[in-house]
Amino acid sequence: MRIVFIVILSLFPFAGLAVEPDEILSDPVLEERARVISKELRCVVCKNQDIDSSNAGVARDLRLLVRERLVTGDTNEEILAYIQARYGDFVLLKPPFKPETYLLWFAPPLLALISIIIGAMVLFKSRNRKVRCSLTASDEKEVAQILTAFGTGDNK
Amino acid sequence: MKRILAFAPLVIALIFGGFFLWGLNPDRDPNEIPSALISQPAPNFDLPAVEGLESPGFSRSDFDDLDKTVIVNVFASWCVPCRAEHAVLTSFVEQDGARLFGINYKDKPEDAVEWLENLGNPYERIGADFNGRAGIEWGISGVPETFIVGEDGTVIYRFVGPVVGDAQYSKFHTALLAAGAIEGQN
Repeated sequence: MRIVFIVILSLFPFAGLAVEPDEILSDPVLEERARVISKELRCVVCKNQDIDSSNAGVARDLRLLVRERLVTGDTNEEILAYIQARYGDFVLLKPPFKPETYLLWFAPPLLALISIIIGAMVLFKSRNRKVRCSLTASDEKEVAQILTAFGTGDNK
Repeated sequence: MKRILAFAPLVIALIFGGFFLWGLNPDRDPNEIPSALISQPAPNFDLPAVEGLESPGFSRSDFDDLDKTVIVNVFASWCVPCRAEHAVLTSFVEQDGARLFGINYKDKPEDAVEWLENLGNPYERIGADFNGRAGIEWGISGVPETFIVGEDGTVIYRFVGPVVGDAQYSKFHTALLAAGAIEGQN
């Protein structure tokens, strides 16, 4: 247990590797908020990294900008909106919910729903299919005919 | 119902085929990021002149009384592609009569001065963006980037990367012609 604790603690300093010491705010509450905002923002150079963990120059500039605006008293939403106005939706790691992105947001649950419905239908059908145990009247008649035909031939 | 289902593989193949056709189109650049600035008024910025350079500084108010569409180029002396692009931009100014403004991005003034002394200075105005804040206002992801700004101060076009090579040249040249930043020859 102690070992696990030490291992986890030793990993902590590496979590925020890209944030340089001179960027960190003295107010821990604001710094914590800066980290939260940074995790939402994409580094426009590296494409699939948040600015909190990116070493790119633009990412650093954005981190500094986020902190600067935090100090002047902006809310998290205001800061995200400010950067979104300049870099577009692309800068947000979580795509905004609006008509252009409905397909993106709704496609996965919709596809899951469709596949569940189809799956349920197939299962339901196969369960309800009655396995016929007895022969129909016409079958019985045919069988009797065949039997009598064979009977007259072989048994006597 | 069974009959309709028989067409399902064909429909699925068509949907995927269409997607692949779109994805494999050689003209589509997957790295292209739509700019949030297009058709928007140019952002606010106020940059001082580069120290030791005759060109005046550059700010948003310089767009207020434009008589023609202008080119705004973000460059730096440390940026190697900018060096290659410089000749192209110079030709737009000297041969096609374009107006060119520059943002000197995160550069040392002495390096910028030396760079422009060596290569020539086609810029009407150059603003020194030391901390890259004006760069953020313009939504740039790196240097070089080039914008076309209309007479009314609206951003018309954005070009990411150097305008170097035939394909890039003709793409940017077409945009310049369409925006009216240069006159077409013949």
